[in-house]
Amino acid sequence: MTTPSVRVFHKLEGLFSIYKPPGVHWKLVRDTVETNLLKGINAAPPPGPRQRVQFLAEPTSVMAEGSSELTLSAASVPALAHHPLVSGPEFQHIGVGVGHRLDVFSSGVLVLGVGQANKALTDLYRSHVTRDYTLEGELGMATDNFSHTGRLIERTTYDHITRDKLERVLAMMQGSNQKALLTYSKVDMSTQEAYELAVKGELRPDGKSPPIMTGLRLLHFQPPHFTLEVQCLNETQRYLCRILHEVGLELRSTAVCKGVRRTRDGPFTIQHALTHQHWTSPDVIQAIRQYRSSRKAGKAKHTQPGKDTGTASQRQEMAEEAPVNRVYFVFVKLF
Amino acid sequence: MSCVFITDFYMALTCIQLCQRCTSLLRSRSVGIITLQYSTDAQNWPAALWNSFIVPVLPSVLQRSPSPSQTRQRWNLGVRSYCESHAKVQPSQTKHGNTDELPGTDMVSYQNPLSHQLRDGGMLLKEWQTALDLDDAPGHSALEEISHEEAVRMDIPAALPPVSISLKDYVNESETLSKLVQLGVQLWKLEQRPNVGSMLLRLDFQTDVTPRLVFLKQLGVEDSRLGYLISHNPFILTESLENLQARVAYLRSKKFSAESVASMVSRAPYLLNFSVKRMDNRLGFYQQQLGLSAQKTRDVVVRLPRLLCGSLEPVKENLKICKLEMGFRENELQHIVTVIPKVLTANKRKLTQIFDYIHNTMNIPHDLIVKFPQVLNAKYLRIKERHLFLQYLDKAQYDPAKPNYICLDKLVSLPDEAFCTEVASATLKDFELFQKTM
Repeated sequence: MTTPSVRVFHKLEGLFSIYKPPGVHWKLVRDTVETNLLKGINAAPPPGPRQRVQFLAEPTSVMAEGSSELTLSAASVPALAHHPLVSGPEFQHIGVGVGHRLDVFSSGVLVLGVGQANKALTDLYRSHVTRDYTLEGELGMATDNFSHTGRLIERTTYDHITRDKLERVLAMMQGSNQKALLTYSKVDMSTQEAYELAVKGELRPDGKSPPIMTGLRLLHFQPPHFTLEVQCLNETQRYLCRILHEVGLELRSTAVCKGVRRTRDGPFTIQHALTHQHWTSPDVIQAIRQYRSSRKAGKAKHTQPGKDTGTASQRQEMAEEAPVNRVYFVFVKLF
Repeated sequence: MSCVFITDFYMALTCIQLCQRCTSLLRSRSVGIITLQYSTDAQNWPAALWNSFIVPVLPSVLQRSPSPSQTRQRWNLGVRSYCESHAKVQPSQTKHGNTDELPGTDMVSYQNPLSHQLRDGGMLLKEWQTALDLDDAPGHSALEEISHEEAVRMDIPAALPPVSISLKDYVNESETLSKLVQLGVQLWKLEQRPNVGSMLLRLDFQTDVTPRLVFLKQLGVEDSRLGYLISHNPFILTESLENLQARVAYLRSKKFSAESVASMVSRAPYLLNFSVKRMDNRLGFYQQQLGLSAQKTRDVVVRLPRLLCGSLEPVKENLKICKLEMGFRENELQHIVTVIPKVLTANKRKLTQIFDYIHNTMNIPHDLIVKFPQVLNAKYLRIKERHLFLQYLDKAQYDPAKPNYICLDKLVSLPDEAFCTEVASATLKDFELFQKTM
């Protein structure tokens, strides 16, 4: 029997993304979201009070000899066994699953799934979607855990560092990562197919691989602060802090990471991520609906490749996001 | 056929009869997290019965239309007999022809081995001093015809399980539980606590619960709060009335007004379970440590009555932190505690984190914090986000001497919408976009 609470729960079953603030453990975030969703589900009006019938024997004033009638009166008494105060709220636990985790220091897009959508989460986890990060670094310091909150180990000068030196180092790192990508994709390099995949940018590692950066770009440089944009696979946030440290070492100086911010996780961008004041059931329902409609729109666009997408730059953009689209198309159609 | 099969219905009937009439026996058993041992598998019953049945087996259902006194007598005998000699199931001696019927229709009658006479069958129990013999033919059949009057007069009460993990099995029959539900007590939470469920079942509504509810009402506690009170502190129903009255008298003697006592009791449900000595100890501690006057101590305690309930160790540690780590002076601390008593029971780590951010990152001096102690009660993330937003807009100026001063009170206590429009002169959308760049 579907009660209003069950209907609200079915509306909540889907994938959505939230913005995790820095300094908070992801588990605490997940628990907060679960508590808020439970509040929304149990706020639905409970089912009406149930009654049970009790037969009471009426006293027979005249006991006729031989024949006495069965005089029983039926009384409808409330059955308290299913009262919400006795049996508790309908939902006391819902399964909220987390996609790629974020550690305490980082912030950014965190994908969550409720109920049946957790199956799609596992597909997302196993598929080779890339994630976008924005790393903020500071030159001239080295700490034990590669971030600015750790114990200081070394201080260096950084006056000799210029923008083009930094970009050269980043290009070198990107090159080595590209080679790793080619190796782990296990594609025979001397075939036409491999060339076409590489041109379109659709090479992906086959099976398990170490963290690989598919894109690396310098966004902002103002010594000692600089910002990098990274697109990567199979990474951990600590690995990214280490990347910054290595960049510093390559430049004959040192660098620490001041912030790791995930701006995209597969198809979930930061634009639609929910901030902590919106971690409530109506906002989550809307986010799920919006994600589903955007997926449908994306699928419609994808199934019409003959459509003219306009200028060359637009076509290039489509090509860049097409590999991402194609890779997670499998689990997207579920939700 | 050798086995005696017992029908569900008659099994239930015997249990029902004894369960319904032996509430006093139930009181001596604990109801709670013990799992249900009632087994309806006919094959296993004979063995399972002796092992699992806690409540003794009563005289048989064959006693159609027994008089209440007679039944009670027999039941009492039955109890004694059970205690003396582990219950024996006596098959009644009937025609063997009955065994040719469907297996589910036979039944076994339970007799106690002491002598009393069966009404039907005319068999004296003395003759049945044998042990259980399952190969014997069963007694009266379920299909035996009875007259209408007997059928009407036969009282078949509900099947109450002897042990259960939930109170919902008893709530329909128990007056106490149904009245508590009407008051608004959350039984589903209370039954999870060990032994509380059985304690509530054992209470009698007229003699135990009503006097205490009347006492609380006379104290001034509102009807709507009674449910909350009992949900959080069911033991107020077992505390003796003399103790409760003595504690209220003590609080009144310490010049707490009647309304403040009522408000304290409704907000701190465990207050009246603590002894006078303990409350006195705590009141003395707060007055001494904080150095406040009697009236101010009273105000602080009325604002936060759980100060009188919990342990003093966390309070002592918080006071030490405020004095040594944060460096507040005596009079500053007094002012903070009178405005925000929650500082005494706040989480140490969170308190130090907030103070560290406010004092070292936002560069707010001590006297300004003392002027607005609400900042110490706020959420760290909220303060951080709003401060960084104001800093981004170049509006983070907290010195009252300079122009464009932002009051700490407004920074912390306004809701997001009001904060954005009044303090930051920006839209809510901008604030959310900024939050995503942190």
